[in-house]
Amino acid sequence: MGRLPLGHGSVVRLARRIALRFAHRFNFPLAGPVLAIGLGIALLGPSDAGWAQSLATVRAASEGASRSIPMGIADARHLLGRVGFGPTLGEVEAYALISRAEAVERLLADVKTSAGAPPPAWVNEPLMPPRSLREGSAEQRQAFQQQEIRRGLELRAWWIGEMLAGPSPLTERMTLFWHNHFTSSQQKVRFVHLMYRQNLLLREKALGNFADLLHAVSKDPAMVIYLDNASNRRDKPNENFAREVMELFTLGEGNYSETDIREAARAFTGWSIDPDTGSFLWRPFIHDSGEKTVLGRKGNFNGDAVLDILLEQPQAAQWVVGKLWREFVAPDFNREDERAEVHRIARVFRDSRYDIRTAVKELLLSQAFWAEGNRAALVKSPVDFVVGTLRQFDVRVHDAMPFALVTAGLGQNLFSPPNVKGWPGGEAWINSATLLSRKQFVERLFRGDEMRGPDTGMAMAEGGEVRGEAARQGPGTAPAHLRQAQFRARMSRAVDETRFDGENWFRRLEDGATHAGSKGSGNAVRGLSLERFVLASAPVNPVPAGVAGRERLRLLTLDPVYQLK
Amino acid sequence: MNHLPLRSTDSPARREFIRRLMGMSMAPAMRSVAPGVSVLFAGGAVAAGAPATAASTRAGADYGRLLILIELKGGNDGLNTLVPFADPAYASLRPRIAQRREELVHVSEREGLHPSLAALQPLWQGGELALIRGVGYPRPNLSHFRSIEIWDTASASEQYIAQGWVARAFAAHPVPRTFAADGVVIGNGEAGPLSGGGRVVTLASTEQFLRQARLAAPGRARGGRALEHVLKVEDDITQAARTLGGGELLKTQMPDGPFGNAVRNAAQVLAGRGNVAALRLTLNGFDTHQNQPGIHANLLRQLGDGLAALKGSLVELGRWDSTLIMTYAEFGRRAQENGSNGTDHGTASVHFALGGRVKGGLYGEAPRLDRLEDGNLVHAVDFRSLYATALQRWWGIEPASVLDGRFPQIDLLKT
Repeated sequence: MGRLPLGHGSVVRLARRIALRFAHRFNFPLAGPVLAIGLGIALLGPSDAGWAQSLATVRAASEGASRSIPMGIADARHLLGRVGFGPTLGEVEAYALISRAEAVERLLADVKTSAGAPPPAWVNEPLMPPRSLREGSAEQRQAFQQQEIRRGLELRAWWIGEMLAGPSPLTERMTLFWHNHFTSSQQKVRFVHLMYRQNLLLREKALGNFADLLHAVSKDPAMVIYLDNASNRRDKPNENFAREVMELFTLGEGNYSETDIREAARAFTGWSIDPDTGSFLWRPFIHDSGEKTVLGRKGNFNGDAVLDILLEQPQAAQWVVGKLWREFVAPDFNREDERAEVHRIARVFRDSRYDIRTAVKELLLSQAFWAEGNRAALVKSPVDFVVGTLRQFDVRVHDAMPFALVTAGLGQNLFSPPNVKGWPGGEAWINSATLLSRKQFVERLFRGDEMRGPDTGMAMAEGGEVRGEAARQGPGTAPAHLRQAQFRARMSRAVDETRFDGENWFRRLEDGATHAGSKGSGNAVRGLSLERFVLASAPVNPVPAGVAGRERLRLLTLDPVYQLK
Repeated sequence: MNHLPLRSTDSPARREFIRRLMGMSMAPAMRSVAPGVSVLFAGGAVAAGAPATAASTRAGADYGRLLILIELKGGNDGLNTLVPFADPAYASLRPRIAQRREELVHVSEREGLHPSLAALQPLWQGGELALIRGVGYPRPNLSHFRSIEIWDTASASEQYIAQGWVARAFAAHPVPRTFAADGVVIGNGEAGPLSGGGRVVTLASTEQFLRQARLAAPGRARGGRALEHVLKVEDDITQAARTLGGGELLKTQMPDGPFGNAVRNAAQVLAGRGNVAALRLTLNGFDTHQNQPGIHANLLRQLGDGLAALKGSLVELGRWDSTLIMTYAEFGRRAQENGSNGTDHGTASVHFALGGRVKGGLYGEAPRLDRLEDGNLVHAVDFRSLYATALQRWWGIEPASVLDGRFPQIDLLKT
């Protein structure tokens, strides 16, 4: 596996200072490697419960009469919280009025293959040729490293922005899912351009065909670098990609042998990178064209042929559906009925020739997805928590970069998963440090005025001065200390501008709660209470009746259940 | 030297052990019956669910003795830490990065400590610093992630265990409930040897932890394993915050930098009324593939100064004689330097043990640069020997059940 992050000199120090400063303002401990990167009971209403019982089978949800039954607030909240990030009031209200099956249809119809937000301008500049980087001086390499750290932050901010405001949260969730399945890390890949291109690929095929996605991502330059296929040669095979494509991407441990890995590695020789463009390059001269035996099949396989052999294994569908199950439905599938359901969906997935949409649809319409016991059963990831909170409460965000740093501080640094297995996730997201940091985040947000703490006046004054100076210099021309100042100013401005507009938000909640019934949709929106909207199930510590408004909201977000979805 | 564990590879006891480990990792609910499980671990006949007191009394673990584990993350270059200057192969393997003999801290006629570790000289001279050479394991894995997993879980090279070795010791021999926490992890989010059970608190800053702890919202509720986990963390925070930290202000001067900061926070944790059985600290950045000399010197300075400050604080707190400090890392580094003025991933390395009850001196074997395997050192001491020593001779815990095997112990503690 790759190298651990090394110190990056001044950029690291800058990043640390900025992060600490940011941390101070949010009272947020961004510790360790992060700095080096620089920076209910599902609250079923009475009528809802009735429907749940009446949905005897999975199929019933997508057929006949149930098509027209509105699913109500609790179901809408559950569905949207799982497929997207912390649904807004508007989304919950809209989805509450349609049936489960209609909702799933709509979510899948809304899927996009590209992002809406404009990417950072540098994506259109040519990539610095890996060759010239390799041959460059130490100073050039260092300058490149600093540039890539800055760009990496901009890329994170761009993606968080798309999650916050993009038209299809499901698309972003699946893009993130594949990022954690077909992992690559900026720490090793280094060229942020390549991380960006991989992200485009994952989004383009996020709900497309898994076989296509596997073939494409295997030749994706960031992946070719990340799993060392660039140095996999006939005379000197490197098994890294061959091992992980079986262990993590398609089959799971125990479904192949060490010999299969060695043989498959030979087939992947020749898949490389063009040192001038950073694009995928087929190098026939280092390819081992001899006969290989992989999973019982014999032939002069190339890499694509081996991927097809992997896709022929029934275990492949099983493996991917199991992972999707843990993403959408529940933390595990140890029970007999759960295992059977995963089996069934895997079969449908395989029969569809790996249509990802089909698998997701089956999962979302499965009885298990809606089961009472699976509400509030998943731990919110840092991205769920941060992006979800900002969306759920319509928090105005002008610049998402600070929130990319917050998710990193909570353990999920986008574009830099900890290793090829990705983020372990689930319960591992929560320890005493991350739990308190999560709470501090919402505490600051809902105490509104305190977010602009006592030190803010000074910071703003300083920020203003720096901003002026930076503006005079113009972008890109500034020397290092001014670029640092620009970045610092950008962070403090972004934090200053992040605000929860409680007055408006509560008014909208009230409107939803009182007027929904008059929309002619029966009682679908009745019961849109603060608790039901904020939490995925009943609070562990009920808030006393007398506590209302912002304070009630603050206490609810501090409840243990707020960590769950 | 070969320290193969004295066990059959597939005994029923071993299968049972593995089964339990898997069960505990997959079903957190089982952790709550740890006392019962612990009795089974210890091989006793008491039924599962026996009260914790019975188990801990039987076990008799002495958690009044503190264990501090320090991870040198990234893999420390042992050959440039305790330098075998008298071996001509050393300089020839490392023409650019070899340390100069005259600058080393004197240890023996053949070996010396890197000059950045000068702060450890008084400890060495005072006989409180043990240098254990050649620590590693058979069939070494050179991946950071896999190898640290092996060290954290005390597994064999091809064995997968979900729970950290210290957490297993705590499961088998529970830490008294009167302790503020079983263990505290300073800084870095990963619990390493403490992961997978027990009351473990992670904190980046002791002061901040105490300030924020009021935000914890412990409570009781029925729910799935996710809710159960969050509630446990809420509860651990609340319980730890009651008695951890907030004690006397220490006079010991703390070094600058992240590790000095970690040491300060560790000292603050210990200054409170509450007790803990284990602490974990991390010093990051040892993956010195490029331009090693300056980076490594800086890291070792942080380590040496930090350890000296840690001793100062522990002496002030009257805990020096009841504390054992041990370093560990996923691996050492390749004997031969690479083309970038650095070193690539290697195998065996030197580790430190220090404390008021440590018998200072050299342990293990000097590196055999004439007997490399694939360019890497062959280990002389299995890392689990160090763990077995800490378990048995420090905490008084029978190590074989915790470590799934018997490993020769090292006589580095005064009784």
